[in-house]
Amino acid sequence: MLQYFAKQEKIYPKRVWGKYRKLKWLAMVVTLGIYYLVPFIRWDRGPNAPNQAVLIDLHGPRAYWFNIEIWPQEVYILTGILILAAIGLFFVTSLFGRVWCGYTCPQTVWTDLFVWVERIVQGDRNARKRLQEGPWSFEKIWKIVVTHSIWLVIAWCTAGSFVLYFNDAPTLVQSFFDLDVSPTVLGFVIGLTASTYLMAGFAREQVCTYMCPYARFQSAMFDKDTLIIGYDEKRGEPRGKHKKGESWDGRGDCINCSLCVQVCPMGIDIRDGLQMECIACGLCVDACNGVMDQVGRPRGLIRYDTTNHMEAEVKGGTEKFRFIRPRTIYYSVVIAIVGAIMLYALIFRSPLDLHVLHDRNPVFVQLSNGEIRNGYTIKILNKTHEFQTYSLSLEGLDGAKISVRAAGEITAEGLSVPADSVGSYHVLVSADVEPAEPRDVTFILRSSDGAMEDQYESKFVTKRER
Amino acid sequence: MSNDKHDHKKDIDEVSGVETTGHSWDGLKELNNPLPRWWVWVFLVTIIWSIWYFVVYPSWPVPGGATEGTSGYTQFKELAKNQQEIVDRQAAYLERFEDASFDQIMNDPELYAFAMAGGKSAFKDNCATCHGTGAEGGKGYPNLNDDDWIWGGRLTDIHQTLRHGIRADNLDTRISQMPAFGKDGLLPRGDIDAVVDYVLSLSGKETHGHEAHGAQVFQQQCAACHGPDAKGDHEFGAPNLADAIWLYGGEREDIFRTVYYARAGMMPAWEGRLDDNTIKQLAVYIHELGGGEAVSPDEGMREAAPLESPEYEKTEDIEIGEDAVAPQPDAPVAQDIEDNLEEGADAVPDTEAAHE
Repeated sequence: MLQYFAKQEKIYPKRVWGKYRKLKWLAMVVTLGIYYLVPFIRWDRGPNAPNQAVLIDLHGPRAYWFNIEIWPQEVYILTGILILAAIGLFFVTSLFGRVWCGYTCPQTVWTDLFVWVERIVQGDRNARKRLQEGPWSFEKIWKIVVTHSIWLVIAWCTAGSFVLYFNDAPTLVQSFFDLDVSPTVLGFVIGLTASTYLMAGFAREQVCTYMCPYARFQSAMFDKDTLIIGYDEKRGEPRGKHKKGESWDGRGDCINCSLCVQVCPMGIDIRDGLQMECIACGLCVDACNGVMDQVGRPRGLIRYDTTNHMEAEVKGGTEKFRFIRPRTIYYSVVIAIVGAIMLYALIFRSPLDLHVLHDRNPVFVQLSNGEIRNGYTIKILNKTHEFQTYSLSLEGLDGAKISVRAAGEITAEGLSVPADSVGSYHVLVSADVEPAEPRDVTFILRSSDGAMEDQYESKFVTKRER
Repeated sequence: MSNDKHDHKKDIDEVSGVETTGHSWDGLKELNNPLPRWWVWVFLVTIIWSIWYFVVYPSWPVPGGATEGTSGYTQFKELAKNQQEIVDRQAAYLERFEDASFDQIMNDPELYAFAMAGGKSAFKDNCATCHGTGAEGGKGYPNLNDDDWIWGGRLTDIHQTLRHGIRADNLDTRISQMPAFGKDGLLPRGDIDAVVDYVLSLSGKETHGHEAHGAQVFQQQCAACHGPDAKGDHEFGAPNLADAIWLYGGEREDIFRTVYYARAGMMPAWEGRLDDNTIKQLAVYIHELGGGEAVSPDEGMREAAPLESPEYEKTEDIEIGEDAVAPQPDAPVAQDIEDNLEEGADAVPDTEAAHE
């Protein structure tokens, strides 16, 4: 009978010890440590700016990253970061396979954490399986209740940390204790708690297999020199049970203990070859190496290896791992270019920006004394954290007079802009000139201390274009 | 795909062991893998959501609208709510704005911005029809961006013009009337041509050489309003004839028509049509377009007179009423010109020849 919908087979990953498991623990501690603690790092920016090292201030609106401050119009920096992240991911994948998936992807890390909680409360694979499949009992109830409670606490912390990146962390934590948080914050916390709980507690490997697009196009980054998790078929087959003291002649090293399957968080058998589901976490490598040590055979029946090397071994030869390949060169070049552009943008980021918009209607005004006047809206971006006064001048128009339309007595020599904000002034420029084609003029803005300067090119229009 | 009705055998893919849909595209077959079951739950949740949405929001079209959801939400109500929020927000400023003098408005960044924003919007709704969206004006409609003012460019002047209009149906409206020197036979053709020459010469334009005679005529006939130096007078709404700006055009033909037929532009009184605060906002906005005048040359730009200054209430009493310019239709030259004018615009520059 045709099955329309497949029930999710629950996976009970068995505990494993080894090099890659250690690496995975380390990756978990580092990534979760960064995630949960970074909002609390303080960074002094002076009196007019927040002192949180990493903060996305949506009301500001500003983004702060240590000594880097990003305004909304500098969002291209975010684009650069995304490009770097994507190409970096491709680069690492082309060399080492899906190590992102196996070690650092949030889905993997939180699932790993949740499985760890499951094991602490309910025991290892067999105990968990027995509990799950067994009848309801007091033991089953309290173990499940405790597991899910801890999951929910972790999920809540995860959601809580997320909102800390958008608010002053100590203040928000305090307001959580005071039960006084805004509906927006509460909405995000509830939503993210629910999604963390569902994704890491229940969906788990389904996310990688069915939801994540990266799992589907990973093969585009692979070639025969990419490190993948591989089962050495030549050495392993024919597999079969092996009793201590028996000869290893005429048979493979695989004793069919199925440990590699039991530890797999994705629930696959790596001996079937590279599969879409494999996240390259290396836990099966650890498991198999442990078994090989016990039965006294060399390690590496399952290992990180390249297809080229494995194929060469079958033929009796050997093949070196090649770091430098056209693919890795392309990726490196793109990373270098984007990185250089971003570095340039960040290093030469001006603390002052001038924008000049020529009035559209009317384009110019005839004055009674024969002079011609043009109006401009000038916008001054004061990216410093101090109140600044600027002086505006004009080049390219002899005898030009600049006047400013604003409340109070304001001249072009005294345009003030508060700290970390945009000042907008309507400026009128008049000059005694003959009607002609639009002239090129350059507005020059200098800070009163002369330390900052910016220019903007515009036009001075003197006659109607027919 | 097989069309054989008897072929009901399952088509199993050899490699994966999974049943195929039986469809084949150039040899490619689609495996019939089952969907994960949680996917079904997602479908169900979306269906439940849609039912909830149907009940809570207006969704079912009925004649004359749609069913009202239990939440009572409509986008019209949301619009009304948002607009009310704006009105409430404005109320805070309006209270201060209402009592503020022009002097206070011009020196308070908040009130200034409030006046400019409100004035800009009111201008586009009410004034742009004649003066243009950028207040750039047109022939007969003054450009409000420039520094040439007929009835004065101080804040109080602009405010009065806005309130009472020019030659409008309002008791305190600004009134003056230039005589139609040619049409009403007040001056012979020769004198008119000479005056036109004189006015042209003030701007250094080409003349027919009669400006000396024209200057004499000007001093007798025109200087009373336009001033002996032809620089105009705001009191009488008499334009400056010596500057570079011409409301009705600065060519010989335009000026001749002005002297011959006179001009009398009209602007409606906005008092009673717009509320006081809006008129006040408009006054500030127009003043700040670039040409606004200070109270007097000695005083600072921003030190405008208080709103209710004595001169502000003054009504313009213009001596030159309609009686003063009695029509004289029998004047031969005037009739001549009128005929010429009816023939077309080209006839006008020839008037000098007719005079000779």
